Amino acid sequence: MAYTTPDNLLYARTHEWVTTDGEELTIGVSDYAQQALGDVVFVELPDVGQKLSKGQMFGVVESVKAASDVYAPVNGEVVAVNEALLDAPETLNSSMYEEGWLVKIRPSNFAEDRATLLDAAAYEKHVADEASKH
Amino acid sequence: MNTFEPPIFELSGPGKCGVNLPTVDVPLAELPQELLRTDDLAGFPELSETEVTRHFTRISQRNFCIDTGMYPLGSCTMKYNPKVHEAAARLPGFAALHPLTDPAHAQGALWIMEQLQSMLAEISGFDAVSLQPAAGAQGEFTGILVFRAYHHAQGDPERVEVLCPDSAHGTNPATAAMVGMRVVEVKTDHNGNVDLDDLQSKLGPRTAGLMLTNPNTLGLFDEHVQQVAELVHGAGGLMYGDGANFNAILGIVRPGDVGFDFMHYNLHKTFTTPHGGGGPGCGAVGCKTFLEDYLPGPRVCHVIDSDKFELFTPPHSIGRLKAFHGNFGMIIRAWVYIRTLGAAGLREVSENAVLNANYLRVKLQDLYPVAYDRTCMHEVVLKGQLRDAPAAKTLDIAKRLIDYGFHPPTVYFPISVPEAIMIEPTETESKRNMDAFIVAMRQIVAEAVEDITILKQAPTTAPLRRLDEVGAARKPILKYDPVKFQELRRSHAAATSDEQPERPTY
Repeated sequence: MAYTTPDNLLYARTHEWVTTDGEELTIGVSDYAQQALGDVVFVELPDVGQKLSKGQMFGVVESVKAASDVYAPVNGEVVAVNEALLDAPETLNSSMYEEGWLVKIRPSNFAEDRATLLDAAAYEKHVADEASKH
Repeated sequence: MNTFEPPIFELSGPGKCGVNLPTVDVPLAELPQELLRTDDLAGFPELSETEVTRHFTRISQRNFCIDTGMYPLGSCTMKYNPKVHEAAARLPGFAALHPLTDPAHAQGALWIMEQLQSMLAEISGFDAVSLQPAAGAQGEFTGILVFRAYHHAQGDPERVEVLCPDSAHGTNPATAAMVGMRVVEVKTDHNGNVDLDDLQSKLGPRTAGLMLTNPNTLGLFDEHVQQVAELVHGAGGLMYGDGANFNAILGIVRPGDVGFDFMHYNLHKTFTTPHGGGGPGCGAVGCKTFLEDYLPGPRVCHVIDSDKFELFTPPHSIGRLKAFHGNFGMIIRAWVYIRTLGAAGLREVSENAVLNANYLRVKLQDLYPVAYDRTCMHEVVLKGQLRDAPAAKTLDIAKRLIDYGFHPPTVYFPISVPEAIMIEPTETESKRNMDAFIVAMRQIVAEAVEDITILKQAPTTAPLRRLDEVGAARKPILKYDPVKFQELRRSHAAATSDEQPERPTY
C-alpha cells in the first residue's frame, strides 16, 4: 500500500501525527491510517479545554468498515477542534495532513513526550512491521 | 424479477381502499377530541388489497435468506432452521399460553424449560442454567453482573477490571463497560491465541475476570485455554465463556471442564432459531455451583415430593433480565433441536461445521491468504488481498458474490485482520453447494485479474446495483421524500439504462 509520511511531522505508534513546533501542536491521523480505515463517515472530537494525557483516547473516527479510537500523542490541553470535520468527515480522507486535522493541543511536557514519538522513517518501519504480522 | 419496486406511497391512488365497510346503521359516536390526530395525514397510501398483497409479496421475494441460498456470514452461524421447530413452537398449547398463567396450569411449558436447563448444563459442563437473557449480549451483561455480585459478597469490591482479548467481539468490552467495570485489552499471539505473557502482566488484585470466546473470533481454538484459566484463577479472577462459537465444540469440549466459571449460549445460533433480521434470540447462561445463587430468575425447578415444576428466584439473584420467562419460543426450538439430534447428533453437528470450514479453507487458501495458517474451527478468516489483482478489495469480492447468487460472508471483521473475509459455511451446507461457492470465489479472482471493473461495478444483477454505502452513512436520508426519491431513481436509471447485465455462468 502506497502512503505518504511527511518528514516535518512526528508519529505515534497508534497512527496519529503531530506537528513539532509552536505553542500549539496540531494532531491528525496518518495517511496510512486513513487508507486502512477507508471512507470516513463520522468523527467525534473532544471539547475545547479538555486536558489529555499521552495515550488517552480523545476521539473516534468511524468508517464504513469500523470505528477506531484516536489517542493523544502528547500531554496537553485541547485548544481547538476541527469542527468542519463534523459536517464533512470525508476531508479526513482527502486531506489528512492539512484540512483534515483533528485537534490542536497546548502541550504541557513536549520536550519529554517527543522522545517517545517516531520520525517519518521510524514510523514507516513500524507500519511495515505491523503489516508483516498478518 | 430484478425490476425496481417502488415504495408503497408511490402505488397509492386517491379513493382506493382494501376493505369496504358496511353502511353505518347505528348513530355515530364522536371520538374524544383529544384523541384525534392533528398532524397531516395527507400522503397516507391508499391501495386495493391485491396491490398491497403483491407489493409485499414481491418485496419478500427479494429477500435473501437461508431458505433460498448459502448464507456464509462468519460469526453469525446462519445454519438451516428445521421446519419442525416452527411447528412445535406454534402448537397452541405453547403459543397461546399466557405468561401469567398459574404454574400449576403450565406444567408442560415448565417441564420443557427445566429439561432445557438440565440439557444445556450437561452439554457445557455447568451446574445451573438460567434461560432469562434475551440474547448473547444480555447473557454477557448477566455474567459480569454476577461476577461483580460475587466479588462484592467475597468482600472484594476492588475487583473492577475485566480483561478482553483484542480479538474479542465488541460486545465483550461493551458489556464490561456497561456494568461499570474497566476494560483491559489482552494481546493475541502470532498463532491467534491469548498472549500468555501479556495476560500475566495484566492480572492482579483488581482483576474481576477474563471474557474469552473459544473458539475465538478468528475461528481458532485457543490452545492454551487451560493455562489461561489457571492464570486468571490464580489472580483471583473468574473466567467468562462467550458461547457465540459453541456450535464448533458440541459434544467435544465442555467449557465447564476446561476452567470456565460462567458462560452464555446463543440458542438462536448454536441451537437454531431464525435470526439475522433482529428477531428474538436467547442468551441463556450457565455457571458453576458457587455462582448459582446470583443467577437471574425466575428459573424452573422440579420438586421431587410433589412431582411438580415450580418457578423460583435464587436467593442473591441479580434480578430479572427480561419480562416473564425469557423468549419462550426460542426455548422450545432449542429443546426440539437437542432432542432430535441427541448426544451423537450434536457432536456430528460440530464435526461437520469444522470439516466444512476447513474444506473451504484448503480449497481457497492458494488464492486468498489465510489470516492464521492453522486448522480452523467452524469458520475461516481469509484476506481479500489478491496477489495478481492488488486493486481488488474485500468489499468488491463480497459484492461480486451477490452476482453469483451467494450472500456475502462477513467482511472487515475481525478488525485485527486487514481486508478480512470471514466465512462460516455451517454444518448444513452440502458439498455440492460449497463447491459452487469455491468455484465462484476462484472465478472472482480470475475476473479481478482480467478486468477489475467487473468487481468494482458489482453487483450488476441486483435491482439497485452497488449501493452508495458511504453516501448513505455521510448524508443519510431517513425519511421518505417523494422529490428526492424521484431524483435518485432518475439518476440510477440513467446510469444503468445502457446495459442488460446477466448473471455470470460457471
